[in-house]
Amino acid sequence: MSTFLLLLLTGLGLAGLYFLVASGLSLVFGLADVLNFAHGLFLSVGAYATWWAATSLPGAGSEGFGFVLAVAFGVAAGAVVASIVELVLIRPLYKRTIAQVLVTVGLSLAGVALLQAIWGADARPFPRPAWASRVTVIGDASVPNSSLLLAVAAAVVLAGLLAFLRFTRVGLVIRAGVEDRSMVTALGIDVRKAFTLVFALGGAAAALAGILAGVQFSVVSPGQGTSLLIFGFIVVVIGGMGSITGTAWAAAAVGLLQQFVNYYASGLGDICVVALLAVVLLVRPQGLAGVAGGAHA
Amino acid sequence: MSAVDAATPSSVRPLLSIVDLRVRIAGSQILQGVSFDVPATGVTVLLGRNGVGKSTTLKAVLGLTPAGSQVTGEVLFDGVPTAGQATHHLVRQGLGYVPEDRGIFAGLTVAENLKLAERTSSSLRSEASGRAEPDYDTAYQLFPELRQRGRQRAGTLSGGQQQMLAIARVLLNPNRLLLVDEPTKGLAPRLVTEVADVVTRIAESVPILLVEQNLALVRRVGRDAVVLASGAVAYSGPIGALLDDEERTRSLLGVGHHRAAA
Amino acid sequence: MRPETTASEQRRDERAGKAGVPWFLVRRFVPVGVLVLLAVLPYTSLRIPVLFERPLNAPGSVHLIAICLVFGGLALSYDLMFGRTGMLSFGHALYFAAGGYATAILLDQTQWPLWMVALVAVLGSTVLALLLGSVALRTKGIAFAMVTLAFAQIGAIAVSRNPGRITGGEEGLSLDGHRLPDALVGVVNTVNLYWLALAFVAVVAFIVHRIDDAPAGRVLAAVRDDDRRVDVLGLSPYRYRLLAFVISGALAAVGGVVYVLLIGGANPGLTASDLTLSLLVMVVLGGPGTRWGPLAGGVVFAYLDHRLTAVGSSDAVERLPSVLSGPLSEPLFILGVVFILAVYFFPGGLAGLTQRLGPLRRLLPGK
Repeated sequence: MSTFLLLLLTGLGLAGLYFLVASGLSLVFGLADVLNFAHGLFLSVGAYATWWAATSLPGAGSEGFGFVLAVAFGVAAGAVVASIVELVLIRPLYKRTIAQVLVTVGLSLAGVALLQAIWGADARPFPRPAWASRVTVIGDASVPNSSLLLAVAAAVVLAGLLAFLRFTRVGLVIRAGVEDRSMVTALGIDVRKAFTLVFALGGAAAALAGILAGVQFSVVSPGQGTSLLIFGFIVVVIGGMGSITGTAWAAAAVGLLQQFVNYYASGLGDICVVALLAVVLLVRPQGLAGVAGGAHA
Repeated sequence: MSAVDAATPSSVRPLLSIVDLRVRIAGSQILQGVSFDVPATGVTVLLGRNGVGKSTTLKAVLGLTPAGSQVTGEVLFDGVPTAGQATHHLVRQGLGYVPEDRGIFAGLTVAENLKLAERTSSSLRSEASGRAEPDYDTAYQLFPELRQRGRQRAGTLSGGQQQMLAIARVLLNPNRLLLVDEPTKGLAPRLVTEVADVVTRIAESVPILLVEQNLALVRRVGRDAVVLASGAVAYSGPIGALLDDEERTRSLLGVGHHRAAA
Repeated sequence: MRPETTASEQRRDERAGKAGVPWFLVRRFVPVGVLVLLAVLPYTSLRIPVLFERPLNAPGSVHLIAICLVFGGLALSYDLMFGRTGMLSFGHALYFAAGGYATAILLDQTQWPLWMVALVAVLGSTVLALLLGSVALRTKGIAFAMVTLAFAQIGAIAVSRNPGRITGGEEGLSLDGHRLPDALVGVVNTVNLYWLALAFVAVVAFIVHRIDDAPAGRVLAAVRDDDRRVDVLGLSPYRYRLLAFVISGALAAVGGVVYVLLIGGANPGLTASDLTLSLLVMVVLGGPGTRWGPLAGGVVFAYLDHRLTAVGSSDAVERLPSVLSGPLSEPLFILGVVFILAVYFFPGGLAGLTQRLGPLRRLLPGK
């Protein structure tokens, strides 16, 4: 029983991580049709920014409020970088979908290389508060606090995003735009402004993911973003692009599946996830929550 | 067909002028030089066989042709070229659009669909100064059902109700010209009549460029007709003159005109 | 697309013919000429300053050119899917790595002669491509890209987890010189490896161009441009895509075998998604769907990747302020930036990109 509980909660933590990575991807692709390969970069930017802030920014540190400050700095960095990327690199290529994808590919290669150049390819220890490396006893299980942190953070972000989409005008525009972007423009709305916002939100969520991954694995390295990104893509495709709830369900499915299977047969969990992807695509190509026969592949 | 002349008083100048419009989509030349005018009053009907490019013409006016398509020629809205202007910009100048597939957002509620179409003061541009509140009164007057179904997901509406929603949406804002694409397509006869009534009422105050296949409706509401064939204009003139000539109607539109009640 | 090219080429032939220039002869024999030139290259003691540190017949230069050739061939194999059939795969590196790792593993674990190892490695990778392709191709566009990426990631994970200790994990698997024929061992025999690489490129070019010119090539182009046309003809787009996928994968596997021989072992870098992304960059820079573009793109990219590392750690760069010298010492940074600039300012690529991108737009939904 305790094993089950442990696997469940750590699995949810993993699911939280995947959700944070995938939510931005899902919105950006759903709204702007941009397959953002540079998303992994935002993860790394967040992690490194927090790492830098914790060591060099006055008032920030790896404990207590200082840590919160460092995290906030990292998240803001992710949002800012994402916005700049959208405005400078993506926006000028509006409606040239292939070129946009290519640019994000180039950016991901160059960006990771840049991080490597500045901070080296090796993993560095990530600053984290002492309580993050401890466990909490729930029932019989000793659950790592970092997993709980991830699960809670993801839940908060999920609730926040859903509220934002449901209750704000921009959220309404985004929801409509994900369904039919050209019709939104035909109603006199400039959708492009929503693009930047969505990129920024995605960048912030990704940065948070990178930071919390750093907390969980206690290291940060330039290549971390890429491996998480691939799982992010898988979650987005399974969940349905453009749907936050779909992404949440898919993240839960992938995180739990991976955690449970890996416990009983190490390494098999990853293969199971890919198998799940293949099955979903064969049975329901638009993803769990996607629109059937919609504009998305 | 009056020539476009900036010195012509706007009451005589056509509201929309299309000059030698050519559209190429995915390697296929759909429009091969379409030219016609839409006057500032009444309903101008755009006719033609299936696939001839009627919807494409409307989309080209608004800049909504698919990515990668090539559009040449000139479109003048109230004497001002539309080239280089983004779709949302044109729409804000008073070009309302009701597309062929209705374009309502299935995942949003009816109320949200309407709300989306509102042009709130915070996003008004300078050319839209002096705008009043969105006109829900007219919309609900014409379509009382929509008020009751406010919280229903638009995707669960029937075809007729979706059409009503699509039309109600454009009526929230002041329009100078409405582009309406086959509003009666796929509707039961009773609904066709309802839509026809609505279109007639709207046409009293706003000019409409209407794409329609239902000839009874066309005869009832339309004033001028523009017929497309082989990618260009094959006839342009009063509706009556066209429809009274059965042979011509048949050769241009492929159907006979049955004088059934609209 | 192909018919238009043939027609314009015919017209050009006619005009050239009238001008007394046997253009068709030129078109046919220039590639052969280049092949001959490349064949004798390692025997010249020509020095090309800046481009090569040593004379062309020095083992270092020969090795470098050989690597460039392998990537040229690999890029062309990728283009069979991307530029010619319109399939965006993010997992091509998997088959390259499969060929390479299979070779290294079989040499390590069995006593089979090299030719048998290579044959089994290529056949096995081809079967893998067939299996994975048949599943992946049930999807299209972005979903297809994601599935291929996911499959490749599994390969990468499998290699790094080192099951049964056969893959060498993070450190890779070196080839034991005793297991290879004498002709391929030792610095002195670098030129023989070079010949292997050259043969690989020639084979890839031959096969891909034969497909281009055959009716199958036209079908692939039609599949790329518009599925429905192919359906209407009674042909199955799925079958043709699968054909392109499997042939691509097989060619990549051969490349993997040659590459592993060339660098003396297999390493996890072969499985990285970065490799497939680099292939995409190579192909786009060179010009997708064109006859020689992808090959040129691959050669240039591989060359720059190697040389820039050398330049990056050279004295000239070291003396720059660290803000500049840091990034400049990472070749992927420079290449990534160059690529971004190319997408903006030179959408034509090396061989004229703009016309080719049109049909590829149907790969991704554009609203």
